[in-house]
Amino acid sequence: MNKLLKKSLLWPLTAVAAIGFLSMGCSSNGEFGSSSDAAEKVYVAPGEHDEFYGFFSGGYNGQLGVYGLPSGRHIFTIPVFSQAAVNGYGYSEETKAMLQTTDGFVPWGDAHHPELSQTDGETDGRWVFINENNTPRIARIGLDEFKTQEIIEIPNSAGNHASSFVTPNTEYVSAATRFSIPMKEDNLENMDVSIDSYKENFKGTISFIKVSDEGKMNIDFQIMMPGFNYDLSHAGKGPSDGWSFFTSYNSEEAHTMLEINASRNDKDYIAAINWKKAAEYAKEGKGKMIPGKHYRNYIDHEEGGIAKSEVIEEVRVLDPRKLEGIVYFLPTPKSPHGVDVDPTGQYIAAGGKLSTVIPVHSFEKMMTAIENKDFEGEDQGIPVLNYDSILHGEVENPGLGPLHTEFDGKGYAYTTAFISSEIVKWDIEKTEVVDRIDVYYSPGHLMIPGGDSRNPDGKYLVALNKITKDRYLPTGPEMFHSAQLIDISGDKMQLLLDFPTEGEPHYAQGITADKVKKRQKRFYEIDENNHPRAAKSEKATRVERDGNEVHVYMTTIRSHFAPDNIEGIKVGDEVYFHVTNLEQDWDVPHGFAMKGANNAELLIMPGETLTLKWEPKKEGVFPFYCTDFCSALHQEMQGYVRVSPENSDTPISYSTGQ
Amino acid sequence: MDKQKRVWMAVAALMLIGVYFFPIWSISMDAPQYPEGIGMNISVDNIEGKDKNDLQNINGLNHYIGMKEINPDSIPELKIMPFIFGFLIISGLVIAGIGNHKWILFWLGLFVLFAIAGLVDFYIWGYDYGHNLNPDAPIKVPGMTYQPPLLGSKQLLNINATSLPHIGFYISLISMGIASTVWWKSKED
Repeated sequence: MNKLLKKSLLWPLTAVAAIGFLSMGCSSNGEFGSSSDAAEKVYVAPGEHDEFYGFFSGGYNGQLGVYGLPSGRHIFTIPVFSQAAVNGYGYSEETKAMLQTTDGFVPWGDAHHPELSQTDGETDGRWVFINENNTPRIARIGLDEFKTQEIIEIPNSAGNHASSFVTPNTEYVSAATRFSIPMKEDNLENMDVSIDSYKENFKGTISFIKVSDEGKMNIDFQIMMPGFNYDLSHAGKGPSDGWSFFTSYNSEEAHTMLEINASRNDKDYIAAINWKKAAEYAKEGKGKMIPGKHYRNYIDHEEGGIAKSEVIEEVRVLDPRKLEGIVYFLPTPKSPHGVDVDPTGQYIAAGGKLSTVIPVHSFEKMMTAIENKDFEGEDQGIPVLNYDSILHGEVENPGLGPLHTEFDGKGYAYTTAFISSEIVKWDIEKTEVVDRIDVYYSPGHLMIPGGDSRNPDGKYLVALNKITKDRYLPTGPEMFHSAQLIDISGDKMQLLLDFPTEGEPHYAQGITADKVKKRQKRFYEIDENNHPRAAKSEKATRVERDGNEVHVYMTTIRSHFAPDNIEGIKVGDEVYFHVTNLEQDWDVPHGFAMKGANNAELLIMPGETLTLKWEPKKEGVFPFYCTDFCSALHQEMQGYVRVSPENSDTPISYSTGQ
Repeated sequence: MDKQKRVWMAVAALMLIGVYFFPIWSISMDAPQYPEGIGMNISVDNIEGKDKNDLQNINGLNHYIGMKEINPDSIPELKIMPFIFGFLIISGLVIAGIGNHKWILFWLGLFVLFAIAGLVDFYIWGYDYGHNLNPDAPIKVPGMTYQPPLLGSKQLLNINATSLPHIGFYISLISMGIASTVWWKSKED
């Protein structure tokens, strides 16, 4: 959710809510467990592992946080959409290409919704996908090495928010635009038009990205949509497999002061998309290919793990006004945010963030209504179903500002209420609230491991709170967000633990640790290092000049660089240090930092080769050193480069020991 | 010697082929910083890490204290041992063919001598590695030597080194046992 909007719109409402609840008596019967009881449940003894991995989006830090559950320990951060000086991601020559876009190199991103790959509707531990909202992109992270392996840009999109959600066998990852923009009718090109021509010119798109068995992504088709704001999504499963659901707000098509102007309609829409049918149309060559230049950046494992960029010029666009049966609108109160499909695939719950109920649609009823053409009308050529015909039920008194729902696999759903700062547990069949618990403060998303799959692990729930305030030792005005772990194994929810989360986590995913642990790489085999500039032994180390380019083929092993004395570099040279870490042991990375480089460090894993570019600007002797405390002689792991004036004739020379 | 005893003698000789497939001795090192374990296996013709890169990593550790690099190619015994076992197998088979039980005793004597010589040699190598340290070693602990134990466990700084026979050794032992039994039984004939 947009932070500014959230803070400006929802805070005043919080006060209203507080008064409301005071007059009703305390809303919360969720209770703290006795602290020793709770401590026991979250205690993971030294050396023991957590039961679940949690993958939490980093929000505006652009990365993906990895946490252990139930301990809440932050165990890693995977760089995805932002440069990471910590290891040189986006700085090293091998990784720069990952952040290339049609807007050029973009060093930062806003990461929102991680989603684990699935097989048969269950998490399988192969990959996590995550979307970037600002420069529309989807990333795929390999869980064998916890590394971003591919990033694809989404053309004809602006604000890639209702993304990245997978279909039950990871056939597709879907992505939809939050901000509609003016697009030409024939080729979806952005237009130089007056913003107040919104209704006339603005459109949105929903993209389906095909994922190959190896994980390679390509945009199979885009569906042209009315100019609403597409917010969140989830794919159907079981009986609803083949469909995807996207919430939209701003069906008013406002272009200014949306907090008022986009909140007028009592109902907006969930767009139900028959992606299987759309995929068939695409396969038959329906719709049309239009210019849609976008980047696909990927780690080339065939060539040294170097990131490469591929520019794709065209994209297929399907027009649902012409291709029947791929899009239907389900009227849904009011400015719905989340849309979540229960584990059986029968029910579609919407977080109508300004609504006083949680509407739950029935997939079966939806299909009957489509069959009977039980339409209440059309909106911009797209059939609108009859609300009463498709409704399974409305959950009364769900708290204020319901946003997102996850499921425990035992017939219950859990919905966050942002304004009333609570989580509400409700019975899916009866659409009745059965329990509620206060959270601190103002939850956005929530996560149950596997909670959006066919087979949730209904043991813990994590509330991803948007407001932290006094939960931790104060750190000035800016602070981490706060998550809370809640035990959902019994009838009553029990708060177990607070833990801080980096950036602004939006959605998160959880998975049984065993599914991921068995895939882990401990290091890269040096024999399999196919980097064209690797030095796979000290004998292969060398320094070569090619015009004003100097290539240093360097190795590291505890505890020295080879070569560690280099001369013959000149001011104005472009020096490339290709550093190969010869170690073949678990957890022995070496770092490489060069004084005066306008660059980050390199953190090189055992068996890996990474390249740092340095353009020396001054003459003298400059040290480089290992930044990772690698061994007892780490402090000795250093070297010198002599830089001579531009017109000098100091010959290239290099040595190690002597 | 009757046919049954000859067959058993042949078995004693032939089972030594197993020595070419299993290590004879193993040294495991236990240290808090190696939760996954690290160690090496000694076989008739090679020294290998228990895990693919263990030997490289042991050498990496050892270079701090100035221990010589363990390089199987530079240990001549590893070139000779396959022939010694080859000799034992062939001569054992010949003895089974001839059926002279006194030759079994001779064969056993030779086998035991080889075994003792092997262990003494192993001890000398261990002594040399543990004592003959590079004076330029980065870490010098006064009075400290690093000879691994011949048999059993020994604490070397924070590493607990355990040296134990491996499958190849037990195969040799069983072979000796069978040959001894054959010799003992045929003495009564």
